[in-house]
Amino acid sequence: MDKLLAAKSEPLWNTDKRIIFLISGLIVLLFALPHFGLNSFYLHLMIMIFMHAVMAQSWNVIAGFSGQISLGHGAFFGIGAYATSFLYVQYGISPWIGIFVGIILSGFAAILIGIPMLRLSGHYFAIATLLIGISFQIIFQRWEWVGAASGVWVPMTSGDSWFALQFHSSKMPYYYIFLVFFIITFFLVWILSRSKLGYRLRAVRDDPQAALSLCINVSNYKIIAYVISAMIMAPMGSLFAQYILIIDPDRVFNIEISIIVLLITVLGGIGNVWGPIVGAAILIPISEYSRIYLGGTGGAVDLILYGLILMLICIFRPEGLISFFPKNILERKKQR
Amino acid sequence: MTTEIILQAVATGLMMGLIYALIAAGLSLIFGLMDIVNFAHGEHLMLSMFSSFWLWSLFGLDPIFSIPITILLMALCGVLTHYFLIRYILKAKMLIQICATFGLSIFIRSIAQFLWTPDFRNIDKPLLEGRLEISGIFIGQPQLFASLVCLVAFVLLYLFVTKTETGLALQATAQDRHAAEILGIPSDKMFAIGWAIGLGCVGVAGGMMANYFFIFTDVGINFALFAFVAVALGGFGSIIGCLYAGIIIGLVESLGGLLIDPSFKLLYVFAIYLLVVIFRPQGLFGRY
Repeated sequence: MDKLLAAKSEPLWNTDKRIIFLISGLIVLLFALPHFGLNSFYLHLMIMIFMHAVMAQSWNVIAGFSGQISLGHGAFFGIGAYATSFLYVQYGISPWIGIFVGIILSGFAAILIGIPMLRLSGHYFAIATLLIGISFQIIFQRWEWVGAASGVWVPMTSGDSWFALQFHSSKMPYYYIFLVFFIITFFLVWILSRSKLGYRLRAVRDDPQAALSLCINVSNYKIIAYVISAMIMAPMGSLFAQYILIIDPDRVFNIEISIIVLLITVLGGIGNVWGPIVGAAILIPISEYSRIYLGGTGGAVDLILYGLILMLICIFRPEGLISFFPKNILERKKQR
Repeated sequence: MTTEIILQAVATGLMMGLIYALIAAGLSLIFGLMDIVNFAHGEHLMLSMFSSFWLWSLFGLDPIFSIPITILLMALCGVLTHYFLIRYILKAKMLIQICATFGLSIFIRSIAQFLWTPDFRNIDKPLLEGRLEISGIFIGQPQLFASLVCLVAFVLLYLFVTKTETGLALQATAQDRHAAEILGIPSDKMFAIGWAIGLGCVGVAGGMMANYFFIFTDVGINFALFAFVAVALGGFGSIIGCLYAGIIIGLVESLGGLLIDPSFKLLYVFAIYLLVVIFRPQGLFGRY
């Protein structure tokens, strides 16, 4: 506790050299990867991994750092998806602007939801967010202005277009766009976890009473974490909408989105910057392959696996798979 | 809008409310006992409806007669849940507990979908069919019977928890499990009993609803959500609060659907939850 409060922001370069090499190597590898002749299935797989890693990273900020379990995080994904598609279809505004509109709208939604809800704690907050997530789905299903249950269909451009953010000839541009967002989010959350704000959030998570007694405004910090988390989630909804070009409330506000971000984070390691990445890199291939080989439609085999993995992790490794890595390498600062 | 329509909605709401109350009582019992919210509650309800359905379709047992078997199966399911999952996460952080029961809910629902497909089923020609007419209000017989059975089960549950020795031991464990252990009440056994009774309640509700409700793998979700709302409304851990809360929810659902807009039924109930937890976090009838 004392250590958490006394800590100053820790600059990123104060990291074990091996980790710095690992990160730079990974970035170079990921940028070069599409040129090794990946077919479009593998590109799709990588895109899904990036997308889910970012979504899980977003959940990690609220649940891992500030300790509030949100079971309705799909709402922010949907807001992002609707913001870009709707602005483009109705007013012809480029999705690039739509992404930022989505981020801002999500942030506002997070403030509106967060101010009353984050006074609650534990189970109450988890159930409240679960209900709010479902409410969003119900409202959008019946909201005629945004296409009600049939959703928004983004008209296809004739060729690739950076303005409309649509690429039909290859998945390569999508790969790089998602990759850039993935890297930005990683560094953002990493900086956050090393910053004063990050330490205070963890203080709030570990002992709200003690944090309060040290003049940390607990509910303000929770709201800040919630807003940051929502703002990370929204662009993924926007990009996903541009990637599949059809969105409807059942797809983008589905409770499954809220489930999978939780699952990935808990699997990888909650409260750890690496957790969501490890979780997504393991879970997304399992899910895509199980859909291919075990039959996807109606069989729900991937969901059986999700449930089983989640329970097993909770029983045997509550710290997540990342805890198999030696902690001192991940966390250790350069010796001065 | 005549009085009859409103009375009709009140009657429907009351009958549904009693069922919500019993489901919520099961959830509340488990929560009060060990501070764990069973996020798989809806899936357990679904299992009990399917148990009733399969007993009917394979052995020709009418849901009214298969109720004891369904209750036993659900109680067994509760004990298994405790011994294979809950026992390991009792000391874990709340986050892990939520994730574990959430994982259980996904697991049960998808296994059911895998085994039985997401088709809608219903029980053909059960013993109880048709409806009664009381001065212009129509009351379905199976619905009436189900809500009466739920009310009886509720009273029995209340008497069990407050009057019998085991019930008092349960309350003692709920208040302070370590102190109870010192007095010779094995908390592990009490937890298993709590799960058995909690899911037994769900078994009664599910078995009775199988009479007239569609049976499909996602059926439990809304009921579980309503149970969360009822438990928060009645005060977490308070069993008698669940009865009032269940009835309030049933009434809000049916009257809200009638007076405002039926497609937003769920939202009215959710709104109650949000208002209650913000302005009266101890619940309407809770005391702490």
